[in-house]
Amino acid sequence: MTHKLVIIGNGMAPGRMLEDLFEKNPNGFDVTIFNAEPRVNYNRLMLSPVLSGEKTYEDIITHDDDWYTAHGVTLHKAAPVASIDRTAKTVTSETGITTAYDTLVIATGSDPIMIPLPGHDLDGVITYRDLDDVEIMLDAARTKKEAVVIGGGLLGLEAAAGLKMQGMDVSVIHLAGTLMERQLDEAAGHLLQEAFEARGVKVFTEANTSEILGVGGKVVGVELKDGTRLSADIVCMAVGIRPNAQLAKDAGIGVNRGIVVGDDMRTDDPNVFALGECAEHNGQCYGLVAPLYEMATVIADNLNGGQADYKGSVTATKLKVTGVDLYSAGDFAQEDDREEIVLRDARAGVYKRLVLKDNKIIGAVLYGETSDGPWFFDMLKKGTDVSEMRDTLIFGQAFQGAEPLDPMAAVAALPDDAEICGCNGVCKSKITDAIASKGLTSLDDVRAHTKASSSCGTCTGLVEQLMVLSLGDSYNPNAITPMCGCTDLGHDEVRRLIKAKELKTIPSVMQELEWKTSCGCAKCRPALNYYLVSEWPDEYADDYQSRFINERVHANIQKDGTYSIVPRMWGGMTSSTELRAIADAVDKYNIPAVKCTGGQRIDMLGIKKEDLPAVWEDLGKAGFVSGHAYAKGLRTVKTCVGTDWCRFGTQDSTGLGIRIERFMWGSWTPAKVKMAVSGCPRNCAEATCKDVGVICVDSGFEIHFAGAAGLDIKGTEVLGHVATEDEALEHIVAVVQMYREQGHYLERIYKWAKRIGCDTVRSQIMDNAEMRKAYFDRFVFSQKFAQVDPWSERVSGKDKHEFKPMATLSLEAAE
Amino acid sequence: MNAMTGNWIKIGVLSDIPKLGARCVAFGEATIAVFRTADDRVFALEDKCPHKNGPLSQGIVHDGCVTCPLHNWVISLETGAAQGADEGQTKTFPIKLDGDTILIDAAGLS
Repeated sequence: MTHKLVIIGNGMAPGRMLEDLFEKNPNGFDVTIFNAEPRVNYNRLMLSPVLSGEKTYEDIITHDDDWYTAHGVTLHKAAPVASIDRTAKTVTSETGITTAYDTLVIATGSDPIMIPLPGHDLDGVITYRDLDDVEIMLDAARTKKEAVVIGGGLLGLEAAAGLKMQGMDVSVIHLAGTLMERQLDEAAGHLLQEAFEARGVKVFTEANTSEILGVGGKVVGVELKDGTRLSADIVCMAVGIRPNAQLAKDAGIGVNRGIVVGDDMRTDDPNVFALGECAEHNGQCYGLVAPLYEMATVIADNLNGGQADYKGSVTATKLKVTGVDLYSAGDFAQEDDREEIVLRDARAGVYKRLVLKDNKIIGAVLYGETSDGPWFFDMLKKGTDVSEMRDTLIFGQAFQGAEPLDPMAAVAALPDDAEICGCNGVCKSKITDAIASKGLTSLDDVRAHTKASSSCGTCTGLVEQLMVLSLGDSYNPNAITPMCGCTDLGHDEVRRLIKAKELKTIPSVMQELEWKTSCGCAKCRPALNYYLVSEWPDEYADDYQSRFINERVHANIQKDGTYSIVPRMWGGMTSSTELRAIADAVDKYNIPAVKCTGGQRIDMLGIKKEDLPAVWEDLGKAGFVSGHAYAKGLRTVKTCVGTDWCRFGTQDSTGLGIRIERFMWGSWTPAKVKMAVSGCPRNCAEATCKDVGVICVDSGFEIHFAGAAGLDIKGTEVLGHVATEDEALEHIVAVVQMYREQGHYLERIYKWAKRIGCDTVRSQIMDNAEMRKAYFDRFVFSQKFAQVDPWSERVSGKDKHEFKPMATLSLEAAE
Repeated sequence: MNAMTGNWIKIGVLSDIPKLGARCVAFGEATIAVFRTADDRVFALEDKCPHKNGPLSQGIVHDGCVTCPLHNWVISLETGAAQGADEGQTKTFPIKLDGDTILIDAAGLS
């Protein structure tokens, strides 16, 4: 019989525990989780990047719904537990669900401390703990101006930096004399304060809040003990956390500050474990992720019948604020039996301090330059005797040995068991072994296989150095190719910053991102124009002067300066009326060449620019619209005749092709998108070399993507199989929208897919219904603004200046 | 109007040309491309790239240059010279603004 395991709480610690548990024993447990939050498990460490706009909620999900389903875990969302009955061995939720357990894991985490100041219950006073808080803050930042953060510790500063990046005026009120006084000494605290002040955050130290002021139930400011008043639209209280042990206490389990556990992580009831921030081990409660993961591993072992012990943790801290490098570990209070080594370079903004006791490092504070942090921390944890290298210790690992070593050599010199990723407890050899044995070549692969750098991400540099060591020159982490000579930023950064900083015009992008030229060049302007169209479909006004001539005049320029045009033939179907209209236009305007294209339509070549609107007007009368044969956008959807005519056809491939084309025409994409639908695996529409293709089969539709038949020839990858036409459309639209949001300008789908990994595409589109729906919805929204026929617009007079000369001068006038 | 020499011919007003854009002026068999920069300066070039005669008026205007739509040569609006590693020269014409009025020097055309 399987063991009934019930978990209260669904934070990062139980997530890790289940992963460990299932890795060793996939079928031994019948798991039920009660989660007070109404969502799946996400990486709480990454809330600050979500607040600053550098990541989205989707980016930080660690276990999605499908993961729970795949592992047979019952997850009750929005179901806080009301009581534990240890005699009956059951738990009951506030929503009325009662579940029996053999073993119970309490992982209720901690609650943010709300100081009961006058006014703490006003509307607009919040804490910083979960995604709901982040959403409130983001919402406030959209419409309001001023924020006060009470608390200058790790969380408070991350909140302040995030709110500042969202454009608010931010003040930090901190009780102690310097910021982050629990992790930093005074000198580093001052440097940190300067760094925040340089970003425009006001910092008040030794400041005690006496009251939160409100009008009509809404917060309007705070008053300090010294009488200073600060106005505020929101007040964020980030003064600390308190283990959430009430439930255990009510059930009669031993509780001090947290739920008391022994080395085996059991409470005083042998059937009940406590895990994470709610647990108290040896008088210590932890609020950082590394110890919680260590606890999770111990519990997973013990649940599997092992005898593992938790020995307590030494912790290191990094501040996750872009542009501020800060690392601290261990103990650095000044006492008589301790010695210090300090390095200060005020101009370079570097400060390093090591605290030694008995020739061993017991504390380290690094500011401005933190790459030696893990090395110091490793020696701290191991209790390494440093007397041999004392003279040069502060200069870091690179300086040890006869000659100065480069940073790569420093990483190479790390012992195999040196910890690289503190969050996930991954040592050097685990990473290098995985690279070698599994043939990993990208950072994402290494993250997927080892978890190294997948939580807070601050050890990414070290992991990349290990990849360079293992893979040689074939891996270059710095290979960010700038968009063009006007900037040092690569396409990904520019796209990310457009979103994060809400940049909505080309001049504002160039201003904010410090373009080196006054108005860009022919490479970056079309790219920026696309990124803005894609990001802000409803708000951005397309800049035609930043489009290539073909997209500006909606025709294809030819070598002699004339143009060619291709009207849309939906799914490659046409009629006598359409063909007659084309023939008439060819005669009327003396169009010198008419040709069938590879995309099942007709090209008319050699049209004079000034004739274009008249030709379009005639074609428009027959129902033709632009075929966008010139666009970085949806081109054609080729089809075969399918079940309409073909004796082998399995589905209505023509109908599906027309449906896709009518749904998606007009959309702009990073590079052109060509599609095809074949009615059977004989594949007459050649769908398996297209950007997106469909092969119809008897049981439904096989969707393909990432093919190429141009500069490169490449067969498609299979995205997956779906049963109905509606599903096929949703999947196709979603994959194209994903590409629209992530592709670099001029990067075709096959190159994008290679860059981010076809498996990533499959997992988001095939395995994650929520994400797929979200992509689909965003595409549909953007189409509201994109589906306007550019030809009929120009027939009605838009951009008239494009099609006729400004003036005609006679030769006489010049004489 | 500055009619001192009698050679300046009005071809239009500044707002006829989009910022960072160009318009054509037909002159017999030839075409003159008239450009407007971000800071509202105007320039006139023969509408032919020195490379393969591409119509420069159809290119993207940036930082005092235009990029030819055919093969991405970059031509200086002021001098008509090809930039970077490319070598070539497009004919320029004297042009000036009088208030909003764009004038081209007819003497320079012949």
